Amino acid sequence: MNILQMSYEVPGDDFTHAGEASSATKRALKKLGISPAVVRNVAIAMYEGEINMVIHAGGGHIDLSVTPDAVTMVLTDHGPGIPDVEKAMQNGWSTASAEVRSMGFGAGMGLPNMKKYTDEMHIDTEVGRGTTITMTVYLNKA
Amino acid sequence: MESFFHSVTLDRKLCKGCINCVKRCPTEAIRVQNGKAKIIKERCIDCGECIRICPHHAKQAVYDPLSILDRFEYTIALPAPSLYGQFNHLDRVDIVLDALLQIGFDAVYEVARAAEYVSDITRTLLEKGGLPKPVISSACPAVVRLIRVRFPELLPHVLPVRAPMEVAAQLAKAEAVKKTGLPPEKIGAIFISPCPAKVTAVKMPIGVESCAVDGVVAAHEIYSQLLRVMKPGSEAAPRQQTAGRIGIRWGQSGGEADALAHDQYLAADGIENVIRVLESMEDDQLGDVEFVELNACSGGCVGGVLNVENPYVAKTKLERLSRFKPVYRRDPGPVPQEMFFDHAIEFVPVMQLDPDVSVAIEKLRRMEEIESRLYGIDCGSCGAPSCRALAEDIVRGFNTEMACIYVQRAYLQSITQEMSRLADNMPGEEEEERQEE
Repeated sequence: MNILQMSYEVPGDDFTHAGEASSATKRALKKLGISPAVVRNVAIAMYEGEINMVIHAGGGHIDLSVTPDAVTMVLTDHGPGIPDVEKAMQNGWSTASAEVRSMGFGAGMGLPNMKKYTDEMHIDTEVGRGTTITMTVYLNKA
Repeated sequence: MESFFHSVTLDRKLCKGCINCVKRCPTEAIRVQNGKAKIIKERCIDCGECIRICPHHAKQAVYDPLSILDRFEYTIALPAPSLYGQFNHLDRVDIVLDALLQIGFDAVYEVARAAEYVSDITRTLLEKGGLPKPVISSACPAVVRLIRVRFPELLPHVLPVRAPMEVAAQLAKAEAVKKTGLPPEKIGAIFISPCPAKVTAVKMPIGVESCAVDGVVAAHEIYSQLLRVMKPGSEAAPRQQTAGRIGIRWGQSGGEADALAHDQYLAADGIENVIRVLESMEDDQLGDVEFVELNACSGGCVGGVLNVENPYVAKTKLERLSRFKPVYRRDPGPVPQEMFFDHAIEFVPVMQLDPDVSVAIEKLRRMEEIESRLYGIDCGSCGAPSCRALAEDIVRGFNTEMACIYVQRAYLQSITQEMSRLADNMPGEEEEERQEE
């Protein structure tokens, strides 16, 4: 099956470059003629994930794969891990520092938004070792 | 796919084949081929950036000559608010309106007045809710076209209200029919435009089946004629101005948003900034912003390429002219009903590599592969704006890797090395040389 794979490095604590991976992804998906609604969902989920890695995990990398059926994003970091996933999934719950919040980030909507805009989301996390989040958006919803 | 009319065109004689416009184009719609620039029609949004940057004046806008007035029995000038910012020492808008009558128009209807209706209805719609937020202004045709080709997922956010130019033409013609008793086709509503995008919007209407404007004349085209008839301190100019501060300030960036009397708005101008805002909007990063005013030109409509004055000077002049005006000048009463779009604005998928996702994936993969072989310096010598754009052109079948001068150089080096290797191995010649020694 035809599959397109791309990967992006996300630098840690660097807000000036945050969002570059989601921008590049959007450009690629538009070239593929993928429906605007799907592009938007992927963009929002990926941007949130990217910012999360910048704020909490000191960076990481994103692997993107696109098939005629789905867009899958795998976000991997070696940050602190998420101690309580259930809590982190609640709207407004955040561990972001006051400094980060003052920049308008860390509103506690990251993970909930990622879930909201994707069809499948799986979180694999271990405190002290890092987090891997796999998100899938289907192109042709039944 | 629909065919595209464009106001922005190229004069081949003047084009030197440089890549200034190629690099500047926000939709990568220009290539240099065989030494001349070529505009890819489907991608062009008529923003006029290429006209602005072309050092040889080879990029031009097409618009109607003033002689278009002869085609109608009764003509109405529709001056854009930005026109008022083009003149020195102007202390009354009436002087400009009077000058329009003197150069041949039978009546004037200020687009600024129609803009006040648009502001009115926008405010009502925002209060009522129901539109996906943030709502994006639909007044700048270059921005609407940009969204249609590059940001289709944001189309539902575009305000479904006709632009002031359109509303002005409708209202002005209705008034004229009543006043003169002439049939509408004998009445010409002529827009005095700051930009080529408006010329295009008349030929290819936005949100309406057909545009009520009958012709578009460039502001700079009639500028000197207006100057000739404008007398300083012409107190005699009849008082006919109909727009207040809100309408006049539509001519500059922020004017439309200000008129909404709403805190949560954003106004961006200049095509690069507009793109940045739309990108953030795609990522859902605008927070609580409810209204987004976007103008392709820096400074707003005063920055249009068909204007005369420096945009920022013009902006100051608009501020001065509008300062002591009442906020609103329009007649109280209900907002005209025919102000909404009757025609949906649609996605134009010009960026996709192939209609079949599977084929497109293959093409994108090849594109990445080709790009990785190119040199990544985006010199533009091949005629494409970047190495990535060249890779895309190759995949689309419009060019070859040999278009890259660095690929060419490497190829020439390799064949000259190969030739000298071959020459070294030519037995006959070596023997002759030896004999000569």
